[in-house]
Order: sequence, then C-alpha cells, then structure tokens
Amino acid sequence: MEHIISVTVENKFGVLSRIAGLFSGRGFNIESLSVAPTLDPSMSQMTIVTSGDERIIEQIVKQLNKLIDVIKVVDLNESDFVSRETALIKVHTRPEDRAEALRIADIFRANVIDSTPATYTIEVTGDPRKIEAVINLLQPLGIKELTRTGRVAVARESIRSVGVQARKIARE
Amino acid sequence: MKLTGAEIFIECLKREGVKTVFALPGGVVLKIFDMLYQQKDLEIILTRHEQGAGHMAEGYAKATGKAGVCLVTSGPGMTNVITALADAYMDSVPLVCFSGQVPTNLIGNDAFQEADNVGLSRPCTKYNFLVKDVNDLAATIKEAFYIATTGRPGPVLVDIPKDVSMAKADFIYPNSVSIRGYNPVYVGNKWQIKQAAEAITKAKKPILYVGGGVVFSGASQELLELAEMTQIPVDMTLMGLGAFPGEHPLSMGMMGMHGTYQANMAVHYSDLVIAVGARFDDRVTGKVSEFCPYAKIIHIDIDPTSIRKNINVDIPIVGDCKAVLRELNQILRATVNGEQKELRKSWWDQIREWERDHPLTYHQEKDGPIKPQLVVKRLYELTKGRDPIVSTDVGQHQMWAAQYFKLAKPNRWLTSGGLGTMGFGFPAAMGAQAAFRDRLVLCIAGDGSIQMNMQEMATAVVSKLPVKIVILNNRFHGMVRQWQDLFYEGRYASSYLDTTPDFVKLAEAYGAVGLRPNKVADLDGVLKEAMATDKPVIVDVPTYPYENCYPMIPAGGCNHEMILEDPPELKKKQSQAGLVTPEDKDTVLTA
Repeated sequence: MEHIISVTVENKFGVLSRIAGLFSGRGFNIESLSVAPTLDPSMSQMTIVTSGDERIIEQIVKQLNKLIDVIKVVDLNESDFVSRETALIKVHTRPEDRAEALRIADIFRANVIDSTPATYTIEVTGDPRKIEAVINLLQPLGIKELTRTGRVAVARESIRSVGVQARKIARE
Repeated sequence: MKLTGAEIFIECLKREGVKTVFALPGGVVLKIFDMLYQQKDLEIILTRHEQGAGHMAEGYAKATGKAGVCLVTSGPGMTNVITALADAYMDSVPLVCFSGQVPTNLIGNDAFQEADNVGLSRPCTKYNFLVKDVNDLAATIKEAFYIATTGRPGPVLVDIPKDVSMAKADFIYPNSVSIRGYNPVYVGNKWQIKQAAEAITKAKKPILYVGGGVVFSGASQELLELAEMTQIPVDMTLMGLGAFPGEHPLSMGMMGMHGTYQANMAVHYSDLVIAVGARFDDRVTGKVSEFCPYAKIIHIDIDPTSIRKNINVDIPIVGDCKAVLRELNQILRATVNGEQKELRKSWWDQIREWERDHPLTYHQEKDGPIKPQLVVKRLYELTKGRDPIVSTDVGQHQMWAAQYFKLAKPNRWLTSGGLGTMGFGFPAAMGAQAAFRDRLVLCIAGDGSIQMNMQEMATAVVSKLPVKIVILNNRFHGMVRQWQDLFYEGRYASSYLDTTPDFVKLAEAYGAVGLRPNKVADLDGVLKEAMATDKPVIVDVPTYPYENCYPMIPAGGCNHEMILEDPPELKKKQSQAGLVTPEDKDTVLTA
C-alpha cells in the first residue's frame, strides 16, 4: 500500500544521500521524494512517497528515525492528510488545437505560464489523479515535455470543539 | 593559545580517555603523526595493513567495552579499513576511525590518494563526518565518541582533510553533547515490562535467547539473577557467548546453525522466548516462518529497528538490556515463588533428555589424526584457570571454539558474527592484548583465515603483543569443504589449500615462536609450552581434514531438524579415502 512519509531532517550536505542510501540499501521503494527548507533554515522537510506492507512501512519509519540527521518522522497515512503535486506540461499546439488546450487548462483550473506560437506551457496543481487526467487529455495534442514535482503533503489539523480548545488554552 | 588541528586531535583523544591508537601513516595524516610522535600519553601501535588497524580497534573495544580508535590515511588507507568498519557495524562494536583526506581545496578533483571517504563509509558506519573547518574539529570528535558508544554502539568515521590538521584554532572541548535527531531510549516501557513479567511467571516452557547486547550493556549479572530466580534455560547466540557462564547448569550453550541440540530444540518447542539484546539473525532463526512456532516472543533491544524486523514480536521492549532486566527482576522478585519450579519440571526433564541423547560428540582415535574439537577442548581445559580472552576467525574452527570453549565471563569472546570476516581473529586478539598486557589472549584460527591478516605478525612481534595463535590446520577452507561435501556432491572447488606455508617457519621468520604437535600425545605438551612463552606463538596443529562441524541446521532449515552426523554416503566416502593427510593432492581431489 502507498504511504506518504513526512521527514524533518538536518539541513546539511549529505543528508539526502543518507536517506536515498537507506532506501536503496534495504530495498525499499521510493516513488517520489521532494525536499525543501523549512521555516527554520537549519532543517529541511522531505516528503517521501513509498509503498509496502505494514511491516515494511514500520521498518521504513524506524530506520528513518534511526538516522542521526533525521529529527522527526511522520507516517501521514496514520491520520488524515492533504497532498498536492505540481506538473509543468509543455504542449505542442497546432493553430486548430490552441483553443482546445486552453479549454482543458480552464476545466482543471490550470494556468498557462508560457506561450509561443506553437506551444503552451501549462502549470497544474492537484492530487495525482487530477494531474494524470490533465496529462491524458493533453496527450492527443502532443506533449513536448513534462516535469512533475513529486508530492508534498501535510496532515490535516484535527478539529476540536470550542470548549475543549478553551480549556487547553486556559491550562497553558 | 591556538592549537593546530593535529594538536586538537590529540587533546580530544586524551579527554576521551583513549590510551591506544592503531594506526598506519600516509601523506595527508603526516601532521597528526608528527604530533603523536612528540607526545607520551597515547600509545601508537603501527599496523602493517589498515584492515588490521580496524580489527585491532574492534578487539580492543570488545575486550574493554570502550571505543576502539584507529587512524588511517586517505584513499587506499580508507578503502582498506572499510572491511573492519562493516564488521563493527554488523556486530555493534564502538569504534572511532579517523581518516586523512586531501586538502579541502582539492576535494572532488581526483587528487592523489583521494577517495570519497564519507561516501564510501556511509552504508557501513553508524555516522560519519567530514570536518571542513578546524574550529569544528573538537566538537566533532566529541560527537563521534558520543555516537559510537551510546545507544546501539557502532563505528563512526571522522574524515580530516590535511589543511584542517594544520590550521589553528582555539581548543574548546565541549562538556556535553546534544544531537536533536539522536536520543537513544534506555529505560524500557514500564507497562510492557510488567506484561513481560506476567508472561514469564505463567510460562511452562520458557527460554532465554541472549545476544551480544547483553555483553555490551554489561547486563550479565542481571541476566544471571533472572535465569536463576526463574529457572529458565539460557541459549546464547554466537555474539552472546560469555554473557552467561558457559558451565552453569542453566546454560544450553550456543544456539543457531551450529548450536547445541538442546539449545535449538528448546527454542523450537518453547512456549515463551525471551530475546535479550539479540536480533533474530538468519543463522539463528533458520526458516523464519517456522521459528519457535509455539512461542510467545518478548524482545528486549535498544535498537527499535531490530524489533519486528525478521520476526513478529508479542511484547516488544525498547531499552538498554541492563536497565530493562533490572526492572524486570524487581517485579519478578515479588511474584516468583516455588510454583514456577513445579510448573516447569516436565520442561526441564525434556531438556535434560535432549542433553543426554545428543551431546556434542567427536571421535578421537588414540593414534589417529588429531581431531580439531580435541584441540579446542584441551586448550580450554588447560587455560581456563587463567581467564583468557579468546578470539577466532570465521569458519569451522570458529564454531568448534564456540561449542567447546565455555566462557565464564563477558568481554572474553572476540569473534566476527554478522559480517563473518575471515582474518578478524588475529588482529582482534592483538587489540585485546594491547588493552590488557598481562592477560592471556588466545586466537583460535584456521589455516585459511589466518593468512588473511598474517602480515600483522610483524606488528605483534614489534609491539610486543604475545598473542597465542592456535591454527586448526586442515589444509582446507573447512566450512566451504563441509558445504561442498553436504550440498555439492563433494566437488572441492577452490577449497583445498595444500600445506603452504609452513606456519612454524613463518612464525620464526617474523621473530615469533612456531610449534607443531604431530600427534595426539604431543598436544598437551605443546599447548603448555606455548602458553608459557612470553612471545607471540603460532601453534600449528595438523588436524583431520574431513572433520565436519555438527549439529548443523542447513541454511533456511528448521531449528528442530538438525544434521547430527555425516550422512552415510559421506562416511563411506571418507572411509574409502582412508585417514589421509592430503600431502598427496591427488588423493584429496579424487577422494
């Protein structure tokens, strides 16, 4: 089963290769991986999309935790989360297809971020199914280039009733 | 006052209480060696190969429980020490390895003797550092020792570029270390420990399965108390030998592929396995799906990744063995009473029956070729009064040593378990001898594996490390030959080594002592003579070449299905070959 694991790591050189080495050395899958700094510049946030049965995921989480440069590991599948991915799609457009390309972009609330007489570059953000759908629709027009960011994800904040929150604040 | 990087390095080692550094110089570490040359506090043992330096540091660490330290140069120095790092990583040995690196401005330029030391060692160290600024050096070394020796111990590499060892900085040694991503858990979960205690009190057929973690955490006393209080038999892994007294009536000896019959049967038929500081290695579990099928499993380990990695566990307890066992004993003291002994009577009857029916056996003819088991047994009996430290290489001799050398105390057993590194034993013994100059240090080796680090004999002689090597010389890679006999229809592909070199002459060439008993009657005398010598000694014992090590669980087999002796067709073949000592190669190859 697919899992999204959010990993907070030290922002140092070599950390990415420690993580990548862990996955390749132990035969775990990486479907996508994205890294960027957090609000605190000494830390980076990684979102790793991986798959495996319950025992493998447990090992992945434990092995990540064991790495000294890893500060925090959260298996987002343990609760509710939202995830997004961005794709940049450069579509080849003949004059008769240009309107169709714009229409598809419009349906999916995608943006055209660059345009030449023969191409559009379309930016689309969403869950992977949405991106797949856009790609499928644009494919007949002719996709020249495609680049995807890999997914980023964040846990949904749990919703508390007002009363509980008030008590908590009072205690703090 | 500002110090150079090399001086800071030395100051840091002194603060960490390091006494001995196993080292081999080279271009980029010369500044450090130059400073080491001008001081008196640290002893430098110059090895003949970097692998030897690494294994010596391991032997030192295993015997003392403190971090072993080695120092190598860049490039080939680093690649040579990798085997020792990988070995230490597998067996959780605290080790700090310092490597030289080309100057920072040349890193990445394919400079002379450059290697990506951090990249090379990443998969076989607990952590590694490249120090790019001399101002970070002291703090980095402090962190390196902290990481190597805490939690589940392991090797740490510190890579020091040449310019960093020469640049100057203020020396400030931090008093403490805090790493936000590294917080080993020592105290076990109280509720889980309570569950474990309850399971132990109720179990009818419990067994303790004890690994190297008990040795490293110094939990032998707690283990002894637990076993005696609850009357639970104790199985030891190869790494756990010495954690529990080998001659204690509760000791079942070693378990696993070449473990004793009672140890493997007991674990298979038990209803409660209490794993302490062990990791369910495939050489212990055999076929995972049929490992102790009737048992509930309690697993105590400091490394959370060990738990549920290979085997499903019912009561996991993450924590230091010593702390957890102490807590467990405290609870059990209040609950355990005479009832358990009654409850487990039939279990003990069964175990004693297994012991009686299939003890470790070998057959020694009075005038026949010397059997390897006899050598280990006599060595044990002749030296046990001196509380020796014993190292081994890897192979048949290692298994016989594990079966017949019944260690009474921990930190006496130096062997390469996880990685199975031939060539480990001799340098490891020297490392232990460097730590304990007055103790008797034995190295039980095979004629194949001793040759893998033979060059260190020069180090042993020059540095006055009087290790006593006993070679069980069967002129084969014995374990390979055994597998070929059992599983490859006796085709001895590349396992026959012939009788070179002459180890007695070789020892003499190095300035050590070489001895050889030629028949059974000479054995005791020669061993005694060796033990009485104050120089390094090689005792080259020609042994029966076709002896196989039993019991044996074939790889991937079940623990209760052991091979206990040579299969009939193999016996027949051996009797046809006669008791050859294969001076004549043709006899062996057609045998």
